[in-house]
Amino acid sequence: MEFFERFAIPHPSPAIYASMVAIVLTSIALVVGLTYFKKWGYLWREWLTTVDHKRIGIMYLISALLMLFRGGVDAIMLRAQLAVPENQLLDAQHYNEVFTTHGVVMILFMAMPFIIALMNFVVPLQIGARDVAFPRLNALSFWLFFFGAMLFNISFVVGGSPDAGWTSYFPLAGNEFSESVGSNYYMIAIQIAGIGTLMTGINFVTTIMKMRAPGMTLMKMPMFTWTALITNLLITFAFPVLTVLLAMGTFDRLFGTHFFTMDNGGMDMLWANLFWVWGHPEVYILILPAFGVYSEVISTFSRRNLFGYKAMVASIVVISVLSFIVWAHHFYTMGQGPLSNSIFSITTMAIAVPTGVKIFNWLFTMYKGKIEITTPMLYSLLFIPLFTIGGVTGVMLGMSAADYQYHNTMFLVAHFHMVIIPGVVFAMLAGLTYWWPKMFGFMLNERLGKWAAWILAISTLVAFMPMFLTGLDGQARRAYTYSEATGFGPLNMLSFVGAIGLAIGFAVIVYNIYYSVRYSPRNISADPWDARSLEWATHTPVPEYNFAILPQVSSSEAFWDAKKHGHKLFPGRYEEIHMPNKSGVPFIMSAIFFIWGFALIFSLWTLAIIATLGIFACMTHRSFEKDDGHHIHLGEIEETEEKLGGTKL
Amino acid sequence: MGELFPRGQVMGFIFSLVLTAVAMLVYFMDMSFTTGMTVLLVTAFIQAGLQLVVFMHAGETKDKYDIYANIVYGVLMALAVVFGTLLLMIWDVV
Repeated sequence: MEFFERFAIPHPSPAIYASMVAIVLTSIALVVGLTYFKKWGYLWREWLTTVDHKRIGIMYLISALLMLFRGGVDAIMLRAQLAVPENQLLDAQHYNEVFTTHGVVMILFMAMPFIIALMNFVVPLQIGARDVAFPRLNALSFWLFFFGAMLFNISFVVGGSPDAGWTSYFPLAGNEFSESVGSNYYMIAIQIAGIGTLMTGINFVTTIMKMRAPGMTLMKMPMFTWTALITNLLITFAFPVLTVLLAMGTFDRLFGTHFFTMDNGGMDMLWANLFWVWGHPEVYILILPAFGVYSEVISTFSRRNLFGYKAMVASIVVISVLSFIVWAHHFYTMGQGPLSNSIFSITTMAIAVPTGVKIFNWLFTMYKGKIEITTPMLYSLLFIPLFTIGGVTGVMLGMSAADYQYHNTMFLVAHFHMVIIPGVVFAMLAGLTYWWPKMFGFMLNERLGKWAAWILAISTLVAFMPMFLTGLDGQARRAYTYSEATGFGPLNMLSFVGAIGLAIGFAVIVYNIYYSVRYSPRNISADPWDARSLEWATHTPVPEYNFAILPQVSSSEAFWDAKKHGHKLFPGRYEEIHMPNKSGVPFIMSAIFFIWGFALIFSLWTLAIIATLGIFACMTHRSFEKDDGHHIHLGEIEETEEKLGGTKL
Repeated sequence: MGELFPRGQVMGFIFSLVLTAVAMLVYFMDMSFTTGMTVLLVTAFIQAGLQLVVFMHAGETKDKYDIYANIVYGVLMALAVVFGTLLLMIWDVV
């Protein structure tokens, strides 16, 4: 029995036990359902072993949506707790755990897989490639992310959640002040998911640099692909810092090293410093693909080519440099002098310039355009004013002297939510609606989609504008309650109403998906939005090999040229296509990583050693495996193409 | 025969040996910490560049500008992180 005591929750509550029961019941239901409908084989053959970038993209998408609801439930709990003064809904410890998991889940397990989902599905299609450069590595990326996320998610029912904030600053996150295994979960689960993300970065940089269609020079890439390239470059350079940082944190917690302790030569502030060396580029890793989605959507529904393409490219390249030299603005109050604060203030404000360039480019794209307000376009239009509120308050926070007033208050919380929700979440929802017909062969209902967009936009304002005011009045973030005398009550109640509104908005999106699955017409064309880039030039559903003949490109809007200006997009004949083989190893290896992580979290050394050997066994297997892929023969291509209506243009 | 002789590689090899020998001097000669570190840093960076260009063929393909741009970007970001951290954690602590 003693052995199992370590898995108990240190600070239980009825809600946690209820979730435990719910998790067990859901798992049983899944297993029973899969067995009853005889879907195990289908699941294994079509999904768990796939290396197809489109299917991997869809799996990322499903994970992101699941995690959105996990993080959303956390958010509702937080706002409910703060809705009235001296509330008893959550105690201090639970509140700490909930805001920690809310942050980690939303940033790393919702926003990241959501952008990677869109990149996976769209980028190879947009550059006219048949898959990514390393398809099997792509599968490994996904499964590492997935098992990392699952490992993090079981923390609240096995051993206790992390409770030191999503930034997990030392010395708070050290063994002395965080005794439960919660912070071990943080270190190990994010490490596993982070390795997957790093592989994605390398994979996509290679894909975009090496596998573009004939004629597509760098300056003829669609804007989403450009942002994906810079994003993955940032991933490749920023995530190693996180990897090293988490490894150092793990060593401190598990093996008694002194990287971040306050004695024995440790330097606790170094954690905050290195965390933000990764953390600030991470902000741009999230926002750049969002900008890419908006560029595609705004140009498509204004029926104009993107205004200032070169300025747009220049601004994202400048952001890729600036995003690495602003990190200290996350801790102006930490104790460094005015010299460094001034330097980082200036670089921070400088980054508003390229961002402003982009906003004006979108406005000028719409100027004199033939604007059609579809759901993705509505998200983009709502994004511009809302994001500007977030952006301007960001410049306020960027001034180091003024930051002493705003630091660690609700003002900051309001700022980054006003940036991330209109910036990233709206973009992902816009992208989801925009590319949905390409992914699934039917459109989402426009009426419900627009309702959701409006509800989300209004609720975002209702939820976060009050926090600017309470924050300026001194309401601290991460404090689980406040007294009535502070007068924060009414505004926090208003915030809670906004949070409920956001929940309703997401419920409408779920209903929309359900409604469209049942009633949406299936006889749509391959290009339902009358769009401009290559992903719309192939069939719906997209065949395994994407393009029967590789497209020939001569501008950034090759498909539009083909439709309107008689450009010959698919010259040549069908030829045999070489495609990668499926493999179950990425899934198995990542499952072993899950066990490895679990063993380390609970210091089960024997199991950890066995799992490590398992990981190496998988890698050895890969080294000696002979895998030349397979060929799709001419007859098969002709048959598929005929069934889908033949290659046109 | 002359054009078959791998002149660049041999010169590169000799030069890299010279750089190694110079770096070794730090151990064998009695110099101050600052001088020693300077010698090590300078020889290390030249050595890394030499290896990249001569033996890892960085400049021999069509995408050589991509490779160089990538290296320059990586070096700049690494310098920013190292010197930024030194500034924040040590030089400018009040």
